[in-house]
Amino acid sequence: MTGTTREGGLAAPSRVAVTPRARLPRVLRSATLQGFVFTAPLLFLFAAFVLYPMVSGLYAATDPDSYRAIFGDPVFRQTVSNTIWYVVVAVNVKLVLALLLSGVLDYPFLSTRVLAALFLIPWAIPALPGILSFRWMLNSQWGIFNHLLTKLGLSSVPWLAQHDTALAFVIIFHIWKYLPFWTIIFLAGRRAIPSELYEAAAIDGGSLAQNFFSITFPLLKSLYLICTLLSMVFTLGDFTVPWLLTGGAPGDTTHVLATLAYRYTFAMGRLEWGLSTFAVALPITLLFIGMLMRWVKI
Amino acid sequence: MKRRARRGLRLAMLALTIVMLVWTLFPVYYMVLLSLTPTNDLFQPALYIDHPTLRSYIYTMGQDNPFVRYFWQQLLTSLTVSLWTMALVAIIAAMGSFAMARMKFRFRRYISGLTLFTYVIPSSFLAIPFFQMMAGYDLIDTKLALVLAMVTFATPYALWVLSDYARSLPPEIEEAGAIDGAGTVATFFYLYVPLIVPPLIAIGTYAFLYAWNEYLYALLLLTGEQHIPLPVAMSNFLTTDNAPWNLLMAVSTVYSIPPVVLYYAFKRYLVSGLVSGAVSGT
Repeated sequence: MTGTTREGGLAAPSRVAVTPRARLPRVLRSATLQGFVFTAPLLFLFAAFVLYPMVSGLYAATDPDSYRAIFGDPVFRQTVSNTIWYVVVAVNVKLVLALLLSGVLDYPFLSTRVLAALFLIPWAIPALPGILSFRWMLNSQWGIFNHLLTKLGLSSVPWLAQHDTALAFVIIFHIWKYLPFWTIIFLAGRRAIPSELYEAAAIDGGSLAQNFFSITFPLLKSLYLICTLLSMVFTLGDFTVPWLLTGGAPGDTTHVLATLAYRYTFAMGRLEWGLSTFAVALPITLLFIGMLMRWVKI
Repeated sequence: MKRRARRGLRLAMLALTIVMLVWTLFPVYYMVLLSLTPTNDLFQPALYIDHPTLRSYIYTMGQDNPFVRYFWQQLLTSLTVSLWTMALVAIIAAMGSFAMARMKFRFRRYISGLTLFTYVIPSSFLAIPFFQMMAGYDLIDTKLALVLAMVTFATPYALWVLSDYARSLPPEIEEAGAIDGAGTVATFFYLYVPLIVPPLIAIGTYAFLYAWNEYLYALLLLTGEQHIPLPVAMSNFLTTDNAPWNLLMAVSTVYSIPPVVLYYAFKRYLVSGLVSGAVSGT
């Protein structure tokens, strides 16, 4: 740590003339106390709004009957499968695309520079307007997709009114919205790779694919892994996209954990079921968080 | 031969760019297109419109439709919550980063762990107990409840980016403070804060956008047409079958403008802050 004195605190008044501040009681000059004063708002937020809700939520979710009830509910089993599809497919397809696209944006062509400026728009605008636009495009009767399909002589598809295509579009929307963010992250990762490595490879006549597998990927591997874990945890708790795009429809077949918990709690008045739904996902979430906390330092 | 290969690459990139731009921009184009569509043409889907009209925007601005009766009030609610979140996150993260990056004290490692935990845990996991807690304090339907939630979840990332920046500052800050006889508090205000203005702008923007975009907590904590922020009001359109979609898209476009403007205005700060924060994690 730079910039700290032997005492460890910031105020080191020993070298200067005695000022009123320097005569503060010893306890007020202690580094530990000063550290706590400056982080007190943080600690308060954590204790009051993270730790307390989590503990009280888990405490309310200790009744085995509610687990028996939700595991017996076919909607819950469907939801677990949907959530796994959503988390595994959406995140991994998105990150592979982001890794490849970050390579494209690294080229100094005019076209890629235009793309780099404009393709961040889905990330810049909030999720809700984008979801509404997708919903209207996918509307069975008046959506542009079915309009174009019928114009081509194909039959129209009830995109959001059947499980498979509705879930697919939850995944597609997720990729549309969040691909730009992760591409920028990987682009920054690529730019941190020393260019001498590629220059040396060029002398040896390395191809694009060879460069990627022998230089780029090995150096981005840990960043890629961390991004995968982070994005999976975020997506596991996603409420907005599935809720606003399908709302669980048709017939509660496209719920994910967060939307099902909302339905249990607020539509059915089964608070313990809602809390238990999250408690079921907590072990895997904590495992991912534990892995991240080992690898990432703030 | 080599020049031809490069030309081929350039053409391939151009083709890819066109595909990517259509994929990226079409939903946005379609949103704006619908907002300009007259109600009569709404049920005749097309890729362009013959008679664009600003009527949906005029209705929205004049609150001249049951769906947008409280438009300005809802916009103001969104704005108020976002500005409070921005201010509080900036203050808390500035103080926190000073301690985390410039001080050495016991338990610092644990505070860093708690922050990371808060950043990573999905906020939806805590939504229901948080709602209950706010109901217990009788804070449902107050902006305060939403601001508290937003500050809690936006602070960790802000602290992360800010601490990262603060570690790169030279040690002379504290030395200068010590020579002038400044205490820790004076060093913080007069020497530290002026130096972290650029990343403070970045994280302030981040916090503003976080609160502006939030949906779940806004849905849970605020009810009633006069109290809800804009995104919740927009999603309420969906509960009826005869929602005026051109009006909804006009509201959507207005709602999207502040984030896009902020994003492009502060892009330099925002991207470098976000990227250094995320990449430094490796």
